[in-house]
Amino acid sequence: MIGAACLALWSHWRRHKLQLATLLAGLALATGLWSAVQAINGEARASYDRAAAQLGAGQWPELRPRAGADIPLETYVSLRRTGWRLAPVLEGNLRLAGRSVTVMGVGLLTHPALPAVEAAEGGDGLAPVEVLTPPGRLFADPGLAARLEGNTDLPPVLPSDAVPPGTLLTDIAVAERLLDRPGTLSRLLILEPPPPGLPPLSELAPDLDRVAARGSGDIARLTDSFHLNLTAFGLLSFAVGMFIVHGTVGLSFEQRRGMIRSLRAMGLPLGLLARLMLAELALLALLGGGAGLILGYAVAGALLPDVASSLRGLYGAPVEGTLSLRPGWVLSGLGMALAGTGLASARALWRVAHLPLLAAPGMRAWGGSAAAMRAMVAAGVALILAGALATWLPGGLLGGFLLLGGVLTGAALLLPPLLSVILAMGARMARGPLAQWVWADMRAQLPGLSLALMALLLALAANIGVGTMVSSFRLTFTGWLDQRLASELYVAARDDAQGARMATWLGDRADAVLPSRSVERRHNGAPIFVYGIVDDPTYRDNWPLIAESPGVWDALARGEAVLINEQMARRDDLWPGDTVSVLPDWPLRVAGVYSDYGNPTAQAITALPALLERVPNLPNQRFGIRIAPDQVDDLARDLRADFDLPPGALVDQAALKAQSMAVFDKTFLVTGALNVLTLGVAAFAMLTSLLTLWTQRLPQVAPLWAMGLTRARLARLELLRSLALAALTALAALPLGLVLAWALLAVVNVEAFGWRLPMFLFPLDWLRLFALALLAAGLAALWPARRLSRLPPAGLLKVFSNER
Amino acid sequence: MLLSVDRVSKTYAGGRPVLREVSLTLDAGQTLALTGESGSGKSTLLNLIGALDVADAGEIRLGDTAYAGLDDAGRAALRRDRVALVFQQFNLIPSLTAARNLEFHARLAGRRDAAWLDRLAERLGLGDLLSRHPEDLSGGQQQRVAIGRALAVRPALLLADEPTGNLDETASTSVLDLMLELVRESGTALLLVTHSEAIAARLDRRAHLAGGRIA
Amino acid sequence: MNDRFCACLFALMLMLPSAALPQGFAGLGTEAEGFALPDPDYRLRFPEDHGPHPAFRIEWWYVTANLTGPDGSDYGIQWTLFRSALKPGEAEGWASPQIWMGHAAATTTEAHYSAERLARGGIGQAGVTAQPFDAWIDDWRMRGQDFDTLRLRAASDDFAYDLSLQAQGPLVLHGRDGHSVKSADGQASHYYSQPAYAVTGTLSLPDGETQVTGTAWLDREWSSQPLSPDQTGWDWFSLGFEDGTRLMAFRLRGGRGDFTSGTWIEANGRATALPDGAIRLQPLERTGPPNRRIPTTWSLVLPERDLDLRIEAMNPDAWMETSFLYWEGPVRISGSHSGKGYLEMTGYGEDDEG
Repeated sequence: MIGAACLALWSHWRRHKLQLATLLAGLALATGLWSAVQAINGEARASYDRAAAQLGAGQWPELRPRAGADIPLETYVSLRRTGWRLAPVLEGNLRLAGRSVTVMGVGLLTHPALPAVEAAEGGDGLAPVEVLTPPGRLFADPGLAARLEGNTDLPPVLPSDAVPPGTLLTDIAVAERLLDRPGTLSRLLILEPPPPGLPPLSELAPDLDRVAARGSGDIARLTDSFHLNLTAFGLLSFAVGMFIVHGTVGLSFEQRRGMIRSLRAMGLPLGLLARLMLAELALLALLGGGAGLILGYAVAGALLPDVASSLRGLYGAPVEGTLSLRPGWVLSGLGMALAGTGLASARALWRVAHLPLLAAPGMRAWGGSAAAMRAMVAAGVALILAGALATWLPGGLLGGFLLLGGVLTGAALLLPPLLSVILAMGARMARGPLAQWVWADMRAQLPGLSLALMALLLALAANIGVGTMVSSFRLTFTGWLDQRLASELYVAARDDAQGARMATWLGDRADAVLPSRSVERRHNGAPIFVYGIVDDPTYRDNWPLIAESPGVWDALARGEAVLINEQMARRDDLWPGDTVSVLPDWPLRVAGVYSDYGNPTAQAITALPALLERVPNLPNQRFGIRIAPDQVDDLARDLRADFDLPPGALVDQAALKAQSMAVFDKTFLVTGALNVLTLGVAAFAMLTSLLTLWTQRLPQVAPLWAMGLTRARLARLELLRSLALAALTALAALPLGLVLAWALLAVVNVEAFGWRLPMFLFPLDWLRLFALALLAAGLAALWPARRLSRLPPAGLLKVFSNER
Repeated sequence: MLLSVDRVSKTYAGGRPVLREVSLTLDAGQTLALTGESGSGKSTLLNLIGALDVADAGEIRLGDTAYAGLDDAGRAALRRDRVALVFQQFNLIPSLTAARNLEFHARLAGRRDAAWLDRLAERLGLGDLLSRHPEDLSGGQQQRVAIGRALAVRPALLLADEPTGNLDETASTSVLDLMLELVRESGTALLLVTHSEAIAARLDRRAHLAGGRIA
Repeated sequence: MNDRFCACLFALMLMLPSAALPQGFAGLGTEAEGFALPDPDYRLRFPEDHGPHPAFRIEWWYVTANLTGPDGSDYGIQWTLFRSALKPGEAEGWASPQIWMGHAAATTTEAHYSAERLARGGIGQAGVTAQPFDAWIDDWRMRGQDFDTLRLRAASDDFAYDLSLQAQGPLVLHGRDGHSVKSADGQASHYYSQPAYAVTGTLSLPDGETQVTGTAWLDREWSSQPLSPDQTGWDWFSLGFEDGTRLMAFRLRGGRGDFTSGTWIEANGRATALPDGAIRLQPLERTGPPNRRIPTTWSLVLPERDLDLRIEAMNPDAWMETSFLYWEGPVRISGSHSGKGYLEMTGYGEDDEG
């Protein structure tokens, strides 16, 4: 019996190969995009975990400085001498071989085992004296090690696969020399809980805070927002893909009603039938999900290099651009496919289970009942309100995403009632009988199409929202680059001595030489870079201030005030008029806040002479050069020749801007790709919905045909109807997309990156998207419409046949 | 003579012939019952006369219009303006109210006559039902709307295919009575397909189809 | 003692995880690589020589004590501060080539507790000053106005002690004026002791705090050359007899035969060096699991002093679970003389970590 039933069920797919293909494609698309994002996230997280394991990060609770910069060495020693078991770490960034490198110095003697050091000790028999006494050794990943080769200023570099990319692992003695931070520490690992009976920490070291072990470390925390972003996109794509599944499964069940009734009439128990259909769905889900995994793996592989470079560029996160296959990823992808299919098919299955054995093929109701519409309105409004509430209640990044989720799903739920009202109004205003019919019929079609339209709404809104965000960001970023990169030429010296000679050399040749001298300290437990600048019109004219107090530049020049970047201002809630100590015991008035995109850390700018009084040994190796644009090439040539500069040491403004824009564009490449894919999936969902509705459409149009409308005209009307619905949906998507853009710019960006971006509107983009939506809907409707226009009369006559 | 069907044949692809050289005439205002077994070709003949389908051979004329010369649009115009159909399945437009359905065909044909519509609604007893959607109407009520819709266009010829086939006996009788009354009142010719002897007996003439031929 | 020599260098190897251990002691090298060498003509000067000698490769301040509780129970404690130089000399801050290591232990007849501390020189986490005397690593400390009156403290997760030490006699210089020879090849160290401290204080163990009294023995030794290439381990004894006389004795086990040496100390502190061969040491009984089989009962014969001793470990399981594995614990003496003392043995067990 089971065999026969299976054969009967399967015969449907044999006869409807296209439908099968659609279902599998929908499943594959949904699973593919979702699992692509998961693969990317998984790969990145694995990189962080690997890095954390390689550096032992986050495995121990820590003591971190509460305010100011570093932990004095004396504090560490005195804590050890009271009985605290601690391991010191000194961290900082260094520019080496043209890129920023993280130097992590540990007390190799007391530090918990580090894989890189273990391997070097074991394999090469590296002796303690080599590592612990000058010049010491640096451990670096093979890529970095190769780049640093021949750099005679550095201790010997040992390549090791057990060091995260972009990191130099070394003894603390080497680190304090490289970073020029003698006698200071960044944090202290608590290796064992302190023995009982000690005075409290607040007494022993009032400037230190105890921080619990975090597990995956700073980078995971920093990049959480980025991954949450991707996950949100993946989920959106998945949801849209599931609309397709819902549509096709619904169609197949609808078409198999007769067969199901016959099978049951022939004595197949309902329970068995339901189980068989469930098994069938599970099989299809696994097939489609499997295809989706292959697709997802390919997409992830294609996107990962850009994601990796974004993550490196944005956060300095150590991510490699290669993808590895993880069993957990395969299982979760198939699980999502199964769960999604189950969810998308629940209604169809329920209907099979409740299909009466003997029932006339009922006419389809003319539209969603008023009660259902009211419920949707209530649920939609509630979701939007809940989302808005989440902005305050949990707040933070999670709140931002809850806001997005609430507004998007709420708005999606509101779409059918809204369209229903608009269509009813249209029907009332329509004159001719045909127009009236078209309006009324659209409304009747609404329940069948509403899921596809919701998908379209979400895709369009996401497109508008994300597009607006990226374009606004890009516009802001471009303007900001113009302001920040005001110097015509940027040069980096090999060392301070060469820097000093260079400054003198440039003195007579350039209009102005602007040194870029900074020191890294810690502020509120996070790194801060304090820059000293000279008083120059370049800054006064160009610097991108977003908040300022009067006379900001004069106060700064007098060494009485400090400028801070937006990230720091928002994180620590410091604004013009407030006072902050960027260095210990040096309170300065905040005179201005400037935008500082693409930088995850806090930054402050003060007058160079004042900074030099407090930090005398500021590196002096980087300069911005102001010079007439037509002299840039000559000056660059002379500089190169006189100082024997390597190629990377000299960058002109245009090249630097181009590099920055390239990094920016790469960052949002993934977003753009996902955007387009989501829209494509939405169009596909519309197509499947229309195909699903096909069988229900004939009885609706056949009477009109009988009353004297040609098939071609009816087909045109079908097309028009889809376009109209798509257009209405697109119109509804515009405000939703703008709300989304606002939430992204004003809530999510602030939480995720620490900067708020001005919102610019791009009506041309909307027009393009509107056209794209019509095109998508038109393409989706074209096929069913063509089918109608070519349908032989016999097909339509069946509607009237008495035997139906 | 309003309608002439002259040696019309029809074969569906791959099947046996459904109609073989059928001939038939009908005068204006006349009513004709077309009877026959299931599968005898009654509905096919009706569809051909209604210009819903095209004959393989033979000639159908309605007044001075020869069907053979009509293209898709011409056939559509004929259906819109001169013949009207009533089916067993009623085939109302579900998204429109009864009132809109009633006037729909007439408006399509550009022949909306408010007085005539009112009269039809009154005669068909539709008064309170007009604001309802088809799904809220009983079968008999839907068929009355369908008949009204067909007559509202003041067709020369009304084609009805088992119009009471889906109704119980009481409803069937009252719907048929109404239809015959209205047809006679408006001078519309009626070709009614039925398998009921009782119904056939009430019409002016009858023709019997068997094996694709008029017996 | 040479044992401590090697222990310290071993420790250094092990500090950096999975450093390949040299086979035997050959890897340590017998060359001193710029380090100062023990000079037979050097005359010890105090208090200066209580302080560190960074020009030498290795050095230690080594205290062991036999203690008794109010109920007569026997206890032993150890407190050691090792200094090991990666390069000769001293430098400020992290650049210092000096490495410090502390070992502390407490032994009862039933249990043995040990702990270890490591520190870099130059930053103040560990170090020694001669006057006033202060030796420390983390929160472990031994200090006093001078070398005769000391307060000794150490604490770990499961034990702690806080003891006052009062010298009962003069310092004892081993070998020839403190120049102690360690092998037939002439390896040597500077070596002196304070063998007679009276001790009072408290000892905290997992089951509570006990008032203890007893005697302590402090060794000071520094050198740059470790062992002869063939030497594989050592057995070292510090013994106190009931008549007030004391004996320091050691045996270096080598492929070319054992090398023994020692010092006989009379009750008034007068010391006599005992040349190679004067002391005969013989293991009588080995105990412990296969990978830690070790002589815990010894016979010691010193014919010239009519000494014929049976020496038994108070707790046979006194292994030091530190960066390198060795055995160190209190012993009871019977035979021609009776008394208490300390025994250290290295080169027997296999490190669990392999």
